[in-house]
Amino acid sequence: MSMIHVSTTVNGDEVDFVCDPRETLLDVLRDRLALTGAKEGCGTGDCGACSVMVDDRLVCSCLMLGAEAEGKSIATVEGLAKGEDLHPLQEKFIEHAALQCGICTPGILVATKALLDKNPDPTETEVRYWLAGNLCRCTGYDKIIRAVMDTAADLRKAS
Amino acid sequence: MSVSRPLPHDAARLHVTGQARYVDDIPSPAGTLHLAFGLSEITHGRITHLDLDPVRQAPGVKCVLVADDLPAANDVSPSAHDEPLLSTGSVHYVGQPIFLVVAASHQQARRAARMAVIDYAEEPAILTIDEALAADSRFENGPVEWATGDADQAIRDADHQLSRSLTMGGQEHFYLEGQAALAWPQEGGDMLVNTSTQHPTEIQHKVAEALGVPMHAVRVETRRMGGGFGGKESQGNALAVACAVAARATGRPCKMRYDRDDDMVITGKRHDFRIDYTVGYDEDGRIRGVFFEQFARCGWAMDLSLPVADRAMLHSDNAYHIENMRITSHRLKTNTQSATAYRGFGGPQGMLGIERVLDDVAFALGRDPLDVRRRNFYPSASAGSVPATTHYGMPVEDFVLDDICDRLAASSDYAARRQAVRDWNAANPILKKGIALTPVKFGISFTLTHLNQAGALVHVYQDGSIHLNHGGTEMGQGLFQKVAQVAAARFGVDLSMIKITATDTAKVPNTSATAASSGSDLNGMAVRIACDTIRDRLASFLAERHQAEAADVIFRDGQVHVGAESYPFATVINEAYMARISLSATGYYKTPKITWDRIRGRGRPFFYFAYGASVSEVVIDTLTGENRILRTDILHDAGASLNPALDIGQVEGAYVQGAGWLTMEELVWDDAGRLRTHAPSTYKIPACSDRPDDFRVTLYEMENREDTIYRSKAVGEPPFMHGISVLMALSDAVAACGSGGLYPDLDAPATPEQLLTAIERQRAAS
Ligand code: FES
Ligand code: FES
Repeated sequence: MSMIHVSTTVNGDEVDFVCDPRETLLDVLRDRLALTGAKEGCGTGDCGACSVMVDDRLVCSCLMLGAEAEGKSIATVEGLAKGEDLHPLQEKFIEHAALQCGICTPGILVATKALLDKNPDPTETEVRYWLAGNLCRCTGYDKIIRAVMDTAADLRKAS
Repeated sequence: MSVSRPLPHDAARLHVTGQARYVDDIPSPAGTLHLAFGLSEITHGRITHLDLDPVRQAPGVKCVLVADDLPAANDVSPSAHDEPLLSTGSVHYVGQPIFLVVAASHQQARRAARMAVIDYAEEPAILTIDEALAADSRFENGPVEWATGDADQAIRDADHQLSRSLTMGGQEHFYLEGQAALAWPQEGGDMLVNTSTQHPTEIQHKVAEALGVPMHAVRVETRRMGGGFGGKESQGNALAVACAVAARATGRPCKMRYDRDDDMVITGKRHDFRIDYTVGYDEDGRIRGVFFEQFARCGWAMDLSLPVADRAMLHSDNAYHIENMRITSHRLKTNTQSATAYRGFGGPQGMLGIERVLDDVAFALGRDPLDVRRRNFYPSASAGSVPATTHYGMPVEDFVLDDICDRLAASSDYAARRQAVRDWNAANPILKKGIALTPVKFGISFTLTHLNQAGALVHVYQDGSIHLNHGGTEMGQGLFQKVAQVAAARFGVDLSMIKITATDTAKVPNTSATAASSGSDLNGMAVRIACDTIRDRLASFLAERHQAEAADVIFRDGQVHVGAESYPFATVINEAYMARISLSATGYYKTPKITWDRIRGRGRPFFYFAYGASVSEVVIDTLTGENRILRTDILHDAGASLNPALDIGQVEGAYVQGAGWLTMEELVWDDAGRLRTHAPSTYKIPACSDRPDDFRVTLYEMENREDTIYRSKAVGEPPFMHGISVLMALSDAVAACGSGGLYPDLDAPATPEQLLTAIERQRAAS
């Protein structure tokens, strides 16, 4: 099958790649761009481990083709920190021990940031239902919620 | 000191930045090939014709291997040599690997694996417990039976008797990282394997057998897993062996990861059970005798089913001193995935059996289940008292559930809330509430006594930095951090001086699986011993140099104190190096006190017990069966916790996973033996929206009376069984739909459908 050339932006950098038209954005990120922060937990849009932002929309990168990234702007977990400076969400996830094996964490961080960007003052229920598409098998979610609520409160204070 | 501090996971910064490398994230060396299995499409039969030409001709395929192509052993079983990597002509379940495709990419391998043309001569399949019993299809020659006292007589002599049956489903591990392995061929035929496993030594062993080389020619390295839960104790063998034989055949690095559907279809899960019980009890709620008949569906191969079924028998008492007990355990062989280790390892199934009995008895007597439970507790540990013994002859010397239940009942306001639930139910016809408090007593140690050993390797480099290695594996539970805290405490240095390194069979040999909750007990001790060996050498060296006693040399706050003087740790290390003191040591630990005769079912299989209790309050919608956990309170015994943040995380995660097992995680096989719930679209694990609205977890801070690492207790598995309080609370809520005459008799998982049926039974009876 002939390969497709794609020009896109990933975490603010202009990126060009070629891919098989059947390849998912997740496979492109992981195998071609060496950005392995997004994980494959199911490949069917049910677990959220592959969450990324595409033009300010939260998507499961396992459900989108790499070729569809043409002209779009992609943000992944790798772009969350600024150099050595962690994003407040990342700090709070560490502080609240909101992770165990950590493999769901990148997807949850990306999804949470998407929520806080559009709703800086979510209720706990809103957070719980927003994150219902991000499975975590280890933590039981409580510390995740605590970390999110705490970050939101801090960010509101800072703004 | 670094122990007992609530420090975050050692890799937390790597996790939140996406830098933590799981097997599939390791940059593949150039030329890496990718593998996929071709799977059996039928439940049981013989392969009469296998046409692999379409597979070979598919795009990207380098080669296809069948059983005859394998260089040596064709076995990935952890025990009985009954599990071929690739079928030798017969197939025993839908999903059994028949051939191995080696291709240029993961997708190409998977697509090609579907293209084989296979003809089978089908044979009758055994899928259910009843079918297996009818065909006498089982492991071991017959059922295993243990008894204490005279259960039959005691049941007859009691005021009341009742008999019932409970079925409980299995459980998919759903580790978020699927199984994965990567094999790199080395010079001279050696093989390096990176794999997501709880048991690197077993991978080394199976790969060596498969390649026909000594174990010294195989090195296995595991840095971390994206969850394990028992599902990576033996189920990773197939991938690692496949990668190794393909790497040998092609001379290229080979990588394999299961797609989620393949993972769920191929690998084993928690054993589903049916437990039949007959109990004799007195008017006051005291149980006189119980007879359990446990039926475990083990699947097609033995795997770890025997010790799993044993542990179910061992936990048939839970917290209760029952002097007359008889247990018969049937280990049934069926044409399904080979059921395997899963957090609790049979313990949850056995414990649910007795908890159901207590609940049933309380209902029959119209008493608060907590009263009936407490009436049957083992006597509390107290100085001078003679401990009661379990049904397998082990004295219960550390029983603390009276105190735990007192405290939990008070902190959760159990009695008042139970009344409030009653009041709510009297006033509300549609939404019904239920509440339950259940205890946990869980035995800690591998029941195979020889597995209770561990090794460690510690190096101190010239600059004072420390390299730490041990046989335990990291699956998210925070083992590496806890053990590093131990090492930092022994040397009195900051945690940043310790480098945690990947589990590696070349550094510490002959390790046991990280399982049975034993990770920090065993490896923490082995590391302590290794550190102390080096520390003692340093102390003697300093004592001699400064005319002091070695016993007076203290390691604290990054300094080494000798009498009135103190020196920076790094300076001491450098001087010791110059004085030619060895700065590297191994540590070895074996658990004391344990003896076990599994045939007779007698002995002391456990070093100690871990305890805890939980209260769950639920609400059900009687029109739809939908339900929610409103509030959960847990008080859990982690001994003197090595790290309260990590331990509370274990308790929370285990509870939610346990509640998932008993309420929403339903495995469905169709009549043809195909697993129909093989993806998260059809198999539902708890999501963020399912966790309790109000979730309060506290550790019961009390030193372990046994001499464990800093008097801590194991915490991986025991809290899983707090999920039982959810099922009991749901049962309480269902009972509120009737007039009190009919026991709800819920099976697990209590899905909305199940609840609705049970509610209808109540309404019909009242
Ligand atoms: S991998 Fe994309 S949602 Fe699970
Ligand atoms: S921390 Fe393991 S899946 Fe969330």
